[in-house]
Amino acid sequence: MLLSGVLIVDATDRLGWLAGRVLADLGADVVKLEPPGSDRSRAEWRAFNVNKRILEIDPQAAGGLSRIEELLRAADICLLTPPASIAGTRLDPLALRRDYPRLVVVAIRPFGGLGPRSTWRASDIELMAAGGAMALAGEPDGMPVRVSEPQSYGWAGAHAAIGALVALVRRDATGRGDLVDVSAQASVIAALSHAPAFVDLLGVEPTRAGTFMTGRSIKGARYRVFWPCRDGYINFIFYGGAAGRRTNEQLVAWMRQSGAELGGLAAIDWKSWDPTKADQAEVDAIEAPVAKFFARLTKREFLTEGHRREMLGYPVATVADIASDPQLEARGFFQTVAGSAERFCGSFAVIDGERPPLRHHPGAKFSAAPPSVAGPSATARPCAGARGGEKP
Amino acid sequence: MSAVAQALAGLKVLEFGGYAAGPHIGKVLANFGARTIHMESKERPDGFRIQYPPFKDDRPGYNRSGCFAFFNDSKYSVTVDLKKPAGVALARRMAQWCDLIIENMRPGVMERLGLGFSALAERNPRLVMLSTCNMGQTGPRSDQPGFGSQLSALAGMCELTGVPEGPPMLLYGPYIDYIASLLGASAALAGVIRSRQTGEGALIDLSQYECGLVFMGAALQEFFAGGRVPSRCGNDDPVAAPHGAFPCHDRQWVALSCWSDDDFAALARAIGEGNLAGEPRFATAPARRANSRALDAVISAWTGQRSAEAAAIALQAAGVAAYPVVSMAGLFSDPQLRARRQFRVRRHPEMGDHAYCYPGFDLAEAPGDIVGPAPCVGADNDFVFRDLIGLSEAEYDSYRQHGVFD
Repeated sequence: MLLSGVLIVDATDRLGWLAGRVLADLGADVVKLEPPGSDRSRAEWRAFNVNKRILEIDPQAAGGLSRIEELLRAADICLLTPPASIAGTRLDPLALRRDYPRLVVVAIRPFGGLGPRSTWRASDIELMAAGGAMALAGEPDGMPVRVSEPQSYGWAGAHAAIGALVALVRRDATGRGDLVDVSAQASVIAALSHAPAFVDLLGVEPTRAGTFMTGRSIKGARYRVFWPCRDGYINFIFYGGAAGRRTNEQLVAWMRQSGAELGGLAAIDWKSWDPTKADQAEVDAIEAPVAKFFARLTKREFLTEGHRREMLGYPVATVADIASDPQLEARGFFQTVAGSAERFCGSFAVIDGERPPLRHHPGAKFSAAPPSVAGPSATARPCAGARGGEKP
Repeated sequence: MSAVAQALAGLKVLEFGGYAAGPHIGKVLANFGARTIHMESKERPDGFRIQYPPFKDDRPGYNRSGCFAFFNDSKYSVTVDLKKPAGVALARRMAQWCDLIIENMRPGVMERLGLGFSALAERNPRLVMLSTCNMGQTGPRSDQPGFGSQLSALAGMCELTGVPEGPPMLLYGPYIDYIASLLGASAALAGVIRSRQTGEGALIDLSQYECGLVFMGAALQEFFAGGRVPSRCGNDDPVAAPHGAFPCHDRQWVALSCWSDDDFAALARAIGEGNLAGEPRFATAPARRANSRALDAVISAWTGQRSAEAAAIALQAAGVAAYPVVSMAGLFSDPQLRARRQFRVRRHPEMGDHAYCYPGFDLAEAPGDIVGPAPCVGADNDFVFRDLIGLSEAEYDSYRQHGVFD
């Protein structure tokens, strides 16, 4: 495991759960602090807290706080979502930096720790709005929308994990920890691809993408992206270039072999066809027979045959489609934890030919003796000297 | 740039490939001090240089692409023609020099070029190599080509974007590629950390599809637990009500949400309708959801009288979560992002002054930076090959005569 021997204290709420999950998947030993009796049954909690161990902290009980302190003395990284507290215990990023000089403290906040709006409240929808993502999703003239499944926490957690490791690289070289300041708003900007560059370079404001591809034809034609099929939708676009040409040729061949009406498609020489020069009437003429053809297909038929023909395009998958995708099955993406049949998304990367197994069931207790330098986390370390604990 | 040594100073990164999924990783590492070399060729430059707008002054050119610049600041560019045996030989030499290789070619291409991990690791056993592609390096569909813009549909995000009665919606650009590049950056750094400790390299196989599913983890978990298949629900939320985007006087929108009855009472007071919270039709979240049309009309009447900024400021002052739906232009003027120096202007040799985007995090003691503008194609051949790789004059001339730098 790449991060074997790295001990992480995870004191985050929903905004930061993914960071610890990512680092756990890379092999770190992640201990999540939870108050006694907290709800660990929800799917969302289980998805992002599997592979961590839980340390129940009751600050009212004798020794509760000293257990956190002991753990922090041995830890390499502490993940926080200030000002969220753990059972009434506020872990202050600056105080942690002062007390544990080798510790990498990662503070994940909606708007970061600095700036005029650093104390503003936000949930996923405000963060997707604040980071620009909602401005780009929805009908061009309609209401901006978010992805119904919260994404901003993912963007924040993914950035936080990188920040933690950037600081850990430096800590290993210099002996000094650092304070990593993560802004979820700023993290969402990664979702926008290069859209902001249009404003900066040309003064052009990209708008919501809707369901059609626009801006490719000099005659203003728009290309369909989402096509109804028998059991949902297919994402398919008439592209140009070498990849588009092959796809278009293969689609027509597939339709011909299936006995489908070709209409305006039959006459097109794809070698010379250029999507940038087509007008709307031309585009409508080639799209009409395709719409009829796709309406007869299932999503899985399109996926399978499209792959066989090396075509671009994918079905618009539901979670049910994803859960039964043979590609994911072959790569062992969905995993169980020993002793339970519950399935989870496995570790996100395959390392040296193997997907690191999930080690801890969600809610597994961190039940070892109170951690110390000589405790279980230290003995697992390949280079104990490099990561030795310290007295604050 | 800070006088403090950057956190990743000394880390040597070499990139093969182009577009978004590979180069975005190297950019983030370069922002924190890694020396990142982007390898392309004059014959086949990075596709982002030529295939997609925007271009400076709307005039296409290898060194005029805003799309390329956005993901390649702070790097060095070298040109090596990998179709020539001497080019491959030079690439192998560079692979001995570096700590980390990031490549996003189609599966099998690096091996066919003689640049597969096992061949390179023989000479550089500490090497970490990250290979990122659509489907991953293995599996029945590993050979399937694809664009990130369409992969977001396969990974379930498009199905969950839009209103219930309408079709699925596009997400901008190759949305999923950036999930993979960010998770990939963590994996690459984890590989570097282990390599530095143990001397052992690593091969990281990153599937952009699988990375995207990480962001769908809760929906998948719910399906595994109870078979529920979620569908797009506009801006609704199962807990919060109201929860949505409301039109404002300035043709902008404001997003807001109430997560408790207290939140709603605060919102009602802030919009001058304090009595609403006491009405049975709005007293609880289920009641507010059942009467959402009437509630949305009341909120919209208020937001419609003011700008999105003013609405958000008033609601936040009342303790209600709210923010304008920030446009792309608005990102550059947003006071919070400005305070963080989210966009930083650097002078590009051909494009002049233009803005680069900083990552979503920073380090207090060893801050990163936009270290420099995106490089012009092959701009750093001399420096990289002579000063970093250590080619002699004779070697350098020989490569040039063989057309390796073309």
